[in-house]
Amino acid sequence: MELEDLTRSSGEWLRGSGPESDIVISSRIRLARNLADFPFIRKATDHDRLAIEQAIRERAFMEERLKSILYLNVGELETVDRQFLVERQLISREHAESQGARGVAIDSRETYSLMINEEDHLRIQVMHSGLDLEAAWNQISSIDDLVEKYVTYAFHDRLGYLTACPTNVGTGMRVSVMLHLPALVITRQIEKVFRSLHKISLAVRGLYGEGSQAMGDFYQISNQITLGRSEQKLIQQVSEVVPVLIDYERRAREFLMSESQKDLHDRVSRAFGILCSAKTISSEETMHLLSSVRMGVNLGLIDHLEIPDVNKLFIHTQPAHLQKLRGVELDTADRNVERASYLRRHLGNVGRDDPSEKN
Amino acid sequence: MKCQHCEKPATFHITELTGPEVEELHLCEEHARSYLAPSEPTDGSTSQTLAGALAQQLQLGQTAEELARLDQQFCPVCGITFYEFRNQGRLGCPHDYICFESELDPLVINIHGATEHTGKRPKRGLGGSKNQMELIRLRREMQRAVDNEEYERASELRDEIRRLETVVSTDGD
Repeated sequence: MELEDLTRSSGEWLRGSGPESDIVISSRIRLARNLADFPFIRKATDHDRLAIEQAIRERAFMEERLKSILYLNVGELETVDRQFLVERQLISREHAESQGARGVAIDSRETYSLMINEEDHLRIQVMHSGLDLEAAWNQISSIDDLVEKYVTYAFHDRLGYLTACPTNVGTGMRVSVMLHLPALVITRQIEKVFRSLHKISLAVRGLYGEGSQAMGDFYQISNQITLGRSEQKLIQQVSEVVPVLIDYERRAREFLMSESQKDLHDRVSRAFGILCSAKTISSEETMHLLSSVRMGVNLGLIDHLEIPDVNKLFIHTQPAHLQKLRGVELDTADRNVERASYLRRHLGNVGRDDPSEKN
Repeated sequence: MKCQHCEKPATFHITELTGPEVEELHLCEEHARSYLAPSEPTDGSTSQTLAGALAQQLQLGQTAEELARLDQQFCPVCGITFYEFRNQGRLGCPHDYICFESELDPLVINIHGATEHTGKRPKRGLGGSKNQMELIRLRREMQRAVDNEEYERASELRDEIRRLETVVSTDGD
């Protein structure tokens, strides 16, 4: 498998299937691990970084089950390729932008990736479409076991897995569920929801993690606490809160449908209209409008369009994806033109009568 | 009527019912938008949590002299000072959790509300043995020897590192 093979697909987490996938985009779990016989990244020399990369790559990745992964030397990649991997959530922004020896291993179905020399020596992450945390945990725990056969992790009898930042110590685990909550945004209830989540130590982030804004009404809910509770307990806490949020969002949608269906239908149709006909459009505006369209499809206000197709438009209109699909580097202005043209090509025929019926 | 915040005409008249008293607001379009737009969600990023917890902890019961003395403490394995950690929010090596234990424990409680791991454990021997810490320290010393062009010392250290690496890798199995 090559990096180019990833371009045309949209990855597991945007497959748009799985339980509750009208509202839950994806379930992700990541584990932070460090080798016991090297300093953390902050104090690692270039030599250490290389040795860490080699230790993980040459020992653990020789394991039969990990042999088919695509390994990329992130430091040697073009900027657009690194950004592509960030958009795809296969590496973090920090990993893309840092310096020194670092790499990522990606499975061909994009259900997991292993980042080497990110904030910790190893960050394993598993991504599933829809609400599917149990399966994600089983998968990541078995990958963790495989790697551990070949390297010794830094582990403290009382504190658990030791991490570069004390906020991750213990399980080293972050469980996150990405939700699409447009109706809670429209009805201005989202802030209230955030406040109650903070009270039970759950964090809310935007689409691309820490510090990123909630583009396209996508929100990631995740645990803050990593120590003192077992992995199952941490997963349970997120798993229990997600159905509540789904219920709030569904009720907000029902409210909008019953109280102001005309306004809602108008909003969705206008969003669709702009996306079908714009000649130049920014990434932010695209996300914003696609969010309305996505909800419109879920509520049956737009026909002839499926959720996986909308999900694909979200990812394919991101800056690096556009450039990879087009095969050339484009500046912001050219990207906006290319984005509009991409959207027209993919949405232009939707909603019109099937031409085959006329013949 | 003018906007309460600028010279533009007030086109939005908002009655706020959520506070203790009913409040009337008269705003131009721009100010109305910034008033009504939901503010940025409180950033729950880890660095902020950590910075907050650190600041809170260090304000409690520590005089300037105590803090200055604490800042100069360093880890014998990786060489990081407490000051460096406090500034960067990232530790230097696994041994920091042991040598800064009395400073880190209150911080850990503050962040997690707990001090004991109850989850998964590695199946092979625990990491963090003396030999592994010694390896981290020796590699650092070797780097320093190379930087100072003390090649004889560096080559001695390299042999010692190789010997220990073999010990560590057979330990683990």
